[in-house]
Amino acid sequence: MDLASILLGGLAAGMVLFVVSVGLSVTMGLMGFVNLAHGGFAMLGGYAIVLAMRHWGLPFFPALALGFVAVALLAALLERTLYARLYRASELDQVLFTIGLIFVMIAGITLAVGPETQTVQLPAWLRGQTDLGLLKYRTYSLALIAFGTLLMAALWLGFERTRIGAQIRAAVDNRRMAESLGVDVGRLFTLTFALGSGLAAVGAGLGAEILGLDPQYPLRYLAYFLIVVAVGGLGRVSGVFFAALAIGVLDFVLKIHFPKGGTMFIYALTIAFLLARPQGLFGKRA
Amino acid sequence: MSTPSAALEYATRHRLRGWEALPWVAALGAFFLFPNYLAFGTQVLVMILFALSLDLVLGYAGIVTLGHAAFFGAGAYTVGMLAAHAGWSEPISGLAAAALVAGLAGWLSGWVLLRTHGLTLLMLTLCTMALLEQAANMFSSFTGGFDGMPGLAFKPILGLYEFDVLFFRSQYLYALAVLFLAFIALRVLVHSSFGRSLTGIRENLLRMHAVGAPVRARQVTAYALSAALAGIAGAVFVQATGYLNLAVLGLERAAGVLIILILGGYGRLYGAFVGALAYLLLEHTLSKAYPTAWQLGIGLTLVLVALYARNGILGLAEALWRRWSAR
Amino acid sequence: MSASLLETRGLAKRFGALEVARGIDFRLEAGARHALIGPNGAGKTTFVNLLTGVLAPSAGRVLLDGEDVTRLAQAKRVKRGIARTFQINQLFRGLSVLENVGLAVAERLGAGGDMVRPAGRRADVIAEASRLIELLHLGAHAGRRIDELPYGRQRLVEIAIALGLEPRLLLLDEPAAGIPSAESHIVLEAIAALPPGIAVLIIEHDMDLVFRFAERITVMVGGAIFAEGTRAEIAANRDVRAVYLGSALDG
Repeated sequence: MDLASILLGGLAAGMVLFVVSVGLSVTMGLMGFVNLAHGGFAMLGGYAIVLAMRHWGLPFFPALALGFVAVALLAALLERTLYARLYRASELDQVLFTIGLIFVMIAGITLAVGPETQTVQLPAWLRGQTDLGLLKYRTYSLALIAFGTLLMAALWLGFERTRIGAQIRAAVDNRRMAESLGVDVGRLFTLTFALGSGLAAVGAGLGAEILGLDPQYPLRYLAYFLIVVAVGGLGRVSGVFFAALAIGVLDFVLKIHFPKGGTMFIYALTIAFLLARPQGLFGKRA
Repeated sequence: MSTPSAALEYATRHRLRGWEALPWVAALGAFFLFPNYLAFGTQVLVMILFALSLDLVLGYAGIVTLGHAAFFGAGAYTVGMLAAHAGWSEPISGLAAAALVAGLAGWLSGWVLLRTHGLTLLMLTLCTMALLEQAANMFSSFTGGFDGMPGLAFKPILGLYEFDVLFFRSQYLYALAVLFLAFIALRVLVHSSFGRSLTGIRENLLRMHAVGAPVRARQVTAYALSAALAGIAGAVFVQATGYLNLAVLGLERAAGVLIILILGGYGRLYGAFVGALAYLLLEHTLSKAYPTAWQLGIGLTLVLVALYARNGILGLAEALWRRWSAR
Repeated sequence: MSASLLETRGLAKRFGALEVARGIDFRLEAGARHALIGPNGAGKTTFVNLLTGVLAPSAGRVLLDGEDVTRLAQAKRVKRGIARTFQINQLFRGLSVLENVGLAVAERLGAGGDMVRPAGRRADVIAEASRLIELLHLGAHAGRRIDELPYGRQRLVEIAIALGLEPRLLLLDEPAAGIPSAESHIVLEAIAALPPGIAVLIIEHDMDLVFRFAERITVMVGGAIFAEGTRAEIAANRDVRAVYLGSALDG
């Protein structure tokens, strides 16, 4: 494979990682809650999207919207009823809770749907290749890259230009100070948790062809989601963006050249990077 | 409680209580009563040791790690590789080598990782384990990789007791002896001043700094000791089963030992015993028959434990006992 | 002139655009009884955090007995003789009073690294911890868990821990804060009975306590030293009255 194809393939994978992980980064930066179950919400959304398309005949994009809304609602519900009880709990309790939640989600899906990998029927115009002049590449991957970039731009605008965005940024930087300035951090968190999980659902549906979609999804990619979030810097959307792209490209390249165990370099690099720069790419120094 | 009586209680706390003989009596009893289940029994003993190692680092020092299987695997691969490639299959020296390698890995990674905390630390422990797993995968011609290395044979223990492939008699007693010795050492450690300082670090990190304790050095030491113990558990595992594959380094094993310790009750040493027995018994019976329902059950249990019973079975038992004796 | 026990030169700290400590020049002599007062948010606790190494300064130096300790970690400064209590109790809540004080004493005696001898059988540690517990009239509570004690007693354990470190300099951050008035005399007596060789710097809002205890007083406002002098000088200082004491002294 030539360099351009590799780059594009990696970028596409990275974009999927970005869409799924960005919500986790913001909620972690906001509440400091170790939500290992984030991948589970993504998976549930992916399944909702696939099933809606298959059983209700929904077209691709409405299904994505449905997945977003359904998971956002579920996340908001779980956040208010269960997560909120553990905000003051120890890190261990949060880890235990979210691991338990992953297991419930995985088992639930396996029981309801089955253990097989699910495939998504892409709309016709996304299949096939596009001629970019210099080269021809999969339309689907190019669309992913475009979507990811647009999302990044939209999120950036949202955070920089809206009042809610400013509140979120302030609360991520210093929660106590934001609270004393009148920001309702609890409500903010429910909102970001719901939206972040909804986005993850969209990411899982969109990326089903690249990352796959099966019940083991949350555990298989747990390390990658956490790496992307930590390397990017908690609560930094731009950080998650670049970290996800870097991991996506690296993973793609390594799987081609070192199919057995190549990903060990990703883990080694992550360790080295975070030791040199524990706050991540754009995080603030503790 | 006045100072003299408090001092007396503190001074005699480490003394062996009568009921502490129970687990060992039960283990020996099981040897005679359940001769057909010694393979399973050996697994339980190995997991107890593994869970004890996690208790030191998590229950006592308060370091939350999802990657402790890295050290279990380090020990496992040490004895496996020595036996397969260096012809070194003497079990007890193999244990020592495993402890050394795993302990060194623990010391190095602890020194490097324990500069971080919270999510970063948790994620880095995962990364370290995944790194080792993928490294073993990459060099699969050497390590046996994903399919693993079956049929590893080990010399008789002390030159006398052969590993009994059919009934696991020697393995069981071997594992029991190793567990016993390791447990004694661990018990002494947690009652010592060093062990108490670990509890201090767990209870209030800021305060420990503010009393002049060399916090990081203590944490790294605890991490390294715990890694060595985990390595011994991994080594016994390979020696007893004669089989080695990547699963010893996997997230499943790491999550499994965490669940075992939490179920039993962390920070109490004996929680490892209770948790391992309960979990493995249930897994043995339920998981084969209904694997998905098993996973669902474990998930729900974890959620409930995190919300309501963070101190596990022993914690619940203690709370009930307190309520009962207060009547 | 010999070096003061504690000296800061131009000590400053900023968080982004926020300056919480500005160019603080401060001296404390051995055996001093010094109080640090000021309105809320004046930066008093920040100052103590800078002295003890919890915070690293943006500028300036901290000198202990002439030695520059500005870059020294918290635990190392404790070994050099600085001990502090926290505004909000920082105790080992699940452990008993004896264990709490014992942990501090063990570190001071260098016993913290002993991996063999049971902690409760270190007679040197237990004897010293018991002595401190009796000194602060906590004898009846020695075996009780911290979270079972009334708040005032917990505050005393906080002081006992600091004393267990045998400091040359003791920093007390609002020792009487949060204590119901019925129990506050216990803390006052404990502070009055502190060994005369130790230099004591106390942050307090309780003016009664301050004027009974302190020989010298420093007033801090907005991160900088506003006024400094003897008890009498500060009491008579009009600006101080205006900015802070106000009704507290009139009433």
